[in-house]
Amino acid sequence: MATPVMEKSDKAPEPGFADSPYITVTFRVRRFNPEVSAEATWEDFQLEIDPKERVLDALHKIKWDLDGSLTFRRSCAHGICGSDAMRINGTNRLACKTLIKDISPEKPITVEPIKGLTVLKDLVVDMEPFFQAYRDVMPFLITKDTNEPTRERLQSAEDRERFDDTTKCILCAACTSSCPVFWNDGQYFGPAAIVNAHRFIFDSRDEAGEQRLEILNDRDGVWRCRTTFNCTDACPRGIEVTKAIAEVKRALITRRF
Amino acid sequence: MSTTETTASGIGPVEGADASVYSVDNPAPLIEPPRKRTKKSPKSTRGNFEMAAWLFMRLSGVVLVVLVIGHLLIQLVLDGGVSKIGFAFVAGRWASPFWQVWDLLMLWLAMLHGANGLRTVINDYAERPNTRLWLKGLLYTATVFTILLGTLVIFTFDPNIR
Repeated sequence: MATPVMEKSDKAPEPGFADSPYITVTFRVRRFNPEVSAEATWEDFQLEIDPKERVLDALHKIKWDLDGSLTFRRSCAHGICGSDAMRINGTNRLACKTLIKDISPEKPITVEPIKGLTVLKDLVVDMEPFFQAYRDVMPFLITKDTNEPTRERLQSAEDRERFDDTTKCILCAACTSSCPVFWNDGQYFGPAAIVNAHRFIFDSRDEAGEQRLEILNDRDGVWRCRTTFNCTDACPRGIEVTKAIAEVKRALITRRF
Repeated sequence: MSTTETTASGIGPVEGADASVYSVDNPAPLIEPPRKRTKKSPKSTRGNFEMAAWLFMRLSGVVLVVLVIGHLLIQLVLDGGVSKIGFAFVAGRWASPFWQVWDLLMLWLAMLHGANGLRTVINDYAERPNTRLWLKGLLYTATVFTILLGTLVIFTFDPNIR
């Protein structure tokens, strides 16, 4: 899973440790301001911070106390809105789900925008190509029956279970921007779009699976996946992204033969 | 989006840079997203080619494991190893249609498998359309040449050549 978890330690806490929970941490943040310079540069910020705080708290501290011009997205700050995906110590994570103590705070912690999308300022990227790919797979229920149903569309627990994993996506773009195929020319649909197509292709209530499969059969569709598993590693929700892509590939093959 | 603390000019002070270049009258250039999918970006017209290529890689790979390991065993390990290989050895093997078919199959599958693999590598790593065009052109030329030459040799091989 992408988000590190607390390692169980049977060692007793060192004496004196309890006096102050604060440690000094260096945050090396990738800064970019197109109105000032065409070049992005690294800027170091030193903070006294509790290692049990999250990277997002550190970014808040920097923005509120040290440099108000630092720009990043965040909304709910609890790992659900998917706004604050960024590259922390070289790995795509949500800043609001990454504890400082889990990412070796004794060394400088690097914070960069996610790769493969245009940086607008500091840690903010243009998500439009990402959402374009998402819209392209028609991420909504489509039924052939155009009449409004008179009752809810029923589904068995097993049918619901079939696509349960891919309903967890929060569209943070951590997977898509960790994919080396997407980094190259950005025309590849990307893992997130395929995951959201999977969510409807394998939904027994949906009737446009064939259309969605046809879209993903594109030159820049699922066949560009090189199964590097970067997306599965990056997903902050623990979705088995590469498995979902493989299931779409299998569906494409089995519907033909 | 969390916005910056705006000063009067809308730009926070940034060290070592001249922020006065851009103003309301002279705004900073708009950054064009390089990868936006527009109406102009090429739409796929290739049908199931990518699927066929993907499937071919898997199937030919499985067959090639058998063919290549068998080939290596016969040529390099069994019955005296590499020292036995000579014109007579090859001539003797190609006298049998079985080995002709084996070698022909191995030639075609290995060449197409390798060429398709390199095609995807070029697609993944060559960024400029011209680079792609030239690299793929070179790849396809080399592949077709090798396949044709090899096929020609297997079918027209004359053991009595002198």
